[in-house]
Amino acid sequence: MKHVYGWLLLTPAAILLIAFTHYPTVATIVDSLFSKGTAVRPSHFVGLANYEMMMDDPIFWKVLTNNTWFAIGTIPTSIVLAIIMALLVNRSLPGRSLVRMAYFTPTILPMIAVANIWLFFYTPDIGLIDQVAGFFGFGRHNWLGDPATVLPSIIVMTIWKEAGFFMIFYLAALQNIPPELEEAARLEGSTRWYYFRRVLFPLLMPTTLFVMINAVLNSFKLVDHLFVLTKGGPDNASNLLLFYIFESAFSYFDTNYAATLTVVLLGLLAVMALLQFHFLDKRIHYR
Amino acid sequence: MKTYPFLSRDFQGVLEVGAAWFLALLWVAPLAYAFWAAFHPGQYAVHFDISAPLTLANFREALSQAPFLRYGLNTFILVSTILTAQLVLCTLAAYAFARYRFFGCDIAFALVLVQLMITPEILIVENYGTLARFELIDTILGIGLPYMASAFGIFLLRQAFKSTPKELEEAARLEGCGVFGVLWRVYVPLARPTYLAYGLVSISHHWNNFLWPLIVTNSVETRPLTVGLGIFGAPESGVDWSIITAATLMSVAPLLIAFLLFQRQFVQSFMHAGIK
Repeated sequence: MKHVYGWLLLTPAAILLIAFTHYPTVATIVDSLFSKGTAVRPSHFVGLANYEMMMDDPIFWKVLTNNTWFAIGTIPTSIVLAIIMALLVNRSLPGRSLVRMAYFTPTILPMIAVANIWLFFYTPDIGLIDQVAGFFGFGRHNWLGDPATVLPSIIVMTIWKEAGFFMIFYLAALQNIPPELEEAARLEGSTRWYYFRRVLFPLLMPTTLFVMINAVLNSFKLVDHLFVLTKGGPDNASNLLLFYIFESAFSYFDTNYAATLTVVLLGLLAVMALLQFHFLDKRIHYR
Repeated sequence: MKTYPFLSRDFQGVLEVGAAWFLALLWVAPLAYAFWAAFHPGQYAVHFDISAPLTLANFREALSQAPFLRYGLNTFILVSTILTAQLVLCTLAAYAFARYRFFGCDIAFALVLVQLMITPEILIVENYGTLARFELIDTILGIGLPYMASAFGIFLLRQAFKSTPKELEEAARLEGCGVFGVLWRVYVPLARPTYLAYGLVSISHHWNNFLWPLIVTNSVETRPLTVGLGIFGAPESGVDWSIITAATLMSVAPLLIAFLLFQRQFVQSFMHAGIK
């Protein structure tokens, strides 16, 4: 009887999960082995030809490199800022809830709105950054139009958006650390930097791992801002893997190549999943 | 270990307060700037002058150029449809996982958790094909369908149900409650904080979601705010910048106001949902 009830309760969710997660995952892998169908030549099995094409595709390597730089550029800085914010807000402070709110607000804004606001900062000549730079005697610069500065510009914006979100996990962790520890460290005459480095930071390590994995996942899923800011340009200098998948499928209508690229993304996420399981085990030992 | 006696603890404290406030000002600056630009005439967008006249013209102009009220209604319908379906589906599934040791439940649970990693926005190509087959392209239901069975919701509620004492269930059964009676009278009321946390996270996620709705929709009747804003703000549309900012503020206003009013609940929900 319990078998029947269990499955009956699960069925509605299971149908949707299979239809929109498991089936498309398998279908993506299958589609990546077939050629792009045209009116004269229907889609047919081509083995690994799409993967060979991908290996020879300079844009694929470009977006993968960009994704790596995007992750390296955003994650460590956001985490350091998040720890600083959490430490600042965790002690008594005039206007503490206002300060905490200021840090957290970007989290609840949609990426598309954030991009709209920041677009204007980066606009050459009339944009805010150029105005301020001009005031101090620096020349104009097309921040989003220059392949050298476009990715860093997007990284700065993403840090602004994400640091406050990561802060709340550190805040939660800090609230679980007994205050006696700091008291004891002070009695021992250790400086606060020493206390942070040798006591607090190691205790925050599980949180850091948790935040880090989520941040890496986000760096692969977050492409909304590209639609407003750069469309992946100039010359793919700011293009990311998921945006390239979107372009392949809905601009170039090559769904089989898009499926091939998706398989790479799925593979990367699977690696992340394994890391996460490994880390979750660690966290349990820690307690 | 070097110490700095001249840096007294008081002085350090002042420095820290200063740093906290400086960072806070830096963090609100972009948003504060958006407010400035939206409420002042276009020529003051980069020209800061306290005496600049306030105006609502930018908002009026944005509303006349694109149907933001309709987009707002679409977003509202989308978010409430998704949340309602999620609450029902996830409650049932979580109940099954928490209280029934049914055949294959461990494998089924592992398969559910797959969705935590492979979220629907990764599988845009295949899911678009599925929707097309069911003729659900350009419908609000189509945007919501892939998100309704949420692994995250099932996971959170299962945790909450598992921590409910079994004695309460037994007592309810003695009172004559059936399978759904126990769920409705015992498990659901006790999991209220989890429902609140999950609800707030779900609402903010889907209010802000962009990529998948962009792909699925192509008409005013279905487009949510984010997509409407994305099209409106595209650089090639040539809309005045103050008007774009006004439109941006209108799109985020409902969520932003809700956040300012229920700040504590929002922060705690994100915390609660992230840590479990």
